[in-house]
Amino acid sequence: MSFWEILKFAVKGVSANKLRSALTMLGILIGVAAVILLVAVGNGSAQAITSQISALGTNTITVMSTNRGGTTNTSLTTEIADALKDPTLAPDVKSVSPVVSASGTLTYDGTDHEISQFIGTGTSYLGAQSYRMDRGVAFTDADVAQGRRVTVIGQTVAEELFEGVDPVGKQVTVGGALFTVVGVLAEKSSSGVQDSNDLAIAPLTAVQQTLAGYGSLSSIVVEATAADRVTAAQNEIATILDQRLKVEDGGTAPYRIQNASQLLETQTETADTFTVLLGAVAGISLLVGGIGITNIMLVTVTERTREIGIRKALGAPRRVILTQFLAEATILSLTGGGLGVLIAVLGARFEIVGVQPVIVPSSVVLALGVSVAIGLFFGGYPASRAASLRPIDALRYE
Amino acid sequence: MTTAVMNRMTETKPALEVQQVRKVYGEGEATVHALAGVSLTVDRGDYVAIMGSSGSGKSTLMNILGCLDIPSTGRYLLDGVDVSRLSDKQLALVRNRLIGFIFQSFNLIPRTTALANVELPLAYAGVKPAERRKRALASLDMVGLADRAGHEPNQLSGGQQQRVAVARALVTEPALLLADEPTGNLDSRSTEDVLKIFDDLNAQNRTIVLITHEAEVGARAKRLIRLFDGQVRSDERNKR
Ligand SMILES: Nc1ncnc2c1ncn2[C@@H]1O[C@H](COP(=O)(O)OP(=O)(O)OP(=O)(O)O)[C@@H](O)[C@H]1O
Ligand SMILES: [Mg+2]
Repeated sequence: MSFWEILKFAVKGVSANKLRSALTMLGILIGVAAVILLVAVGNGSAQAITSQISALGTNTITVMSTNRGGTTNTSLTTEIADALKDPTLAPDVKSVSPVVSASGTLTYDGTDHEISQFIGTGTSYLGAQSYRMDRGVAFTDADVAQGRRVTVIGQTVAEELFEGVDPVGKQVTVGGALFTVVGVLAEKSSSGVQDSNDLAIAPLTAVQQTLAGYGSLSSIVVEATAADRVTAAQNEIATILDQRLKVEDGGTAPYRIQNASQLLETQTETADTFTVLLGAVAGISLLVGGIGITNIMLVTVTERTREIGIRKALGAPRRVILTQFLAEATILSLTGGGLGVLIAVLGARFEIVGVQPVIVPSSVVLALGVSVAIGLFFGGYPASRAASLRPIDALRYE
Repeated sequence: MTTAVMNRMTETKPALEVQQVRKVYGEGEATVHALAGVSLTVDRGDYVAIMGSSGSGKSTLMNILGCLDIPSTGRYLLDGVDVSRLSDKQLALVRNRLIGFIFQSFNLIPRTTALANVELPLAYAGVKPAERRKRALASLDMVGLADRAGHEPNQLSGGQQQRVAVARALVTEPALLLADEPTGNLDSRSTEDVLKIFDDLNAQNRTIVLITHEAEVGARAKRLIRLFDGQVRSDERNKR
């Protein structure tokens, strides 16, 4: 009997029992698709987090006051910010930007927009936070020195206030003061819930004059000279701050220092844990799928063993029987697995729970390999055992 | 090896030779001696009917004759060749080319048409699909089931299934036909048809061994063997 004829027998065998074949393929399909998709979701979210955080600027350190209405002499001030610009005590600091933040309503030509952040700061802030200009220019050191009322606005603000109009050169009102828009920031990916495009940035002095007052700063944004100098810069800052704010040894500091690479690290760790967790869930679904396949295949062993008994009694050689049954198992598991990969690839084109999945090639290989192996083993093993029985024993098998 | 067996067929060796065969099932208290020392010789071209009460070991003997089972002790020679010496591959060839076996319980392959069932032994013999189909249809026609070729076993009556099993055993034109109650589910007309086929085959010098409970069927054979409790009780030639 030629291989092609045996293959034809196998195809007939698969189609003779449509429900069983469909269920087996479905089991493999679900297992394979689940593994690939879940791993892709984990991978996708990890990638999203990484790109969000690197958009924040990995060299930046943020100093925030933890002083809650206590004595004002422990709050952050422009003097403290200036003190951080110290080439001898803090050689790893590239720039320091004092930040005041206010909220308010921007008005242009009768249109209102409630802005989530109106930031007053120095020119170095844009670079430290990785903002780039889309249109127009950023404000200059001279603008800051003279407290000129100029501002750059985020994409969201530009869209809300200036529909179809070029915002550059236009004047907006905020808190009774007029600000001239000199530039529009390029779109930036948002990290977390806050829209990082819904903001306006203006010279520190101008914002203090009009909105925030000359009190304490909201935060100080420090840029380190390089990503690997962040920790050093952080220690230098801490030393200066402790001195300035007179923190005794072992006392709790009235400020908090955060850096983006720390954030990146913990977030990446979280994302990795997430991927591992999803992988485990996927592995379990593959296992369950595998048990399903095994179950279906074993349930039919009795029937198939009898059938093998009949075939042997009619003079089928062992080799022919084995080839047929292995071919059947291969057809089932390859078709099921292939469809699973197809569905996973299609599914990965859509966002799943807000994450754009990114398929990991090794997960495809693994999922397909495991399911085909399970299919082949549990299709092949009982057949090989039945084929070596005496026909009468195979016929009597229960 | 087939050629060896085939060559011997032209010699005057007996077709079947069973020597002191015993078949024991189970152990201890539950031991059953299905065959308790059976010896018999069947010559080529003979037509033997085996009768005996239920449980007397007829099917057990038949399975051994058909190379589907092996005796616990004793020898079984098929055309002078000791079957226990044959390899798995050689046994497959013997079952396929030499023997046509009709099971007491039909043993058709489920969810497979009558035609495909009958074609199966030819497929394993390497016959080409077109030729296979032609011969299978002819064989089905012989048992009067040409119009049921496309039916699956569960769409056939018991008697029809039995006739498909007969067609499947005859399709390879075996030199040895072993039939375990081939007319057990048939009405008198179908029984007559099947027996007519057997008579014709026997006239072509093919060896036939059949098991039956019906005296008329037993009377059609040339020789009648009666089994009782796993032993041959009587063995006589029918007068014609
Ligand atoms: N696989 C087995 N295990 C145990 N005992 C068996 C087995 N097969 C047959 N027997 C026993 O062997 C004896 C002979 O069985 P066998 O099937 O040969 O009877 P039979 O003559 O064909 O009967 P019937 O006319 O009912 O078909 C019976 O007592 C039966 O119980
Ligand atoms: Mg019987």
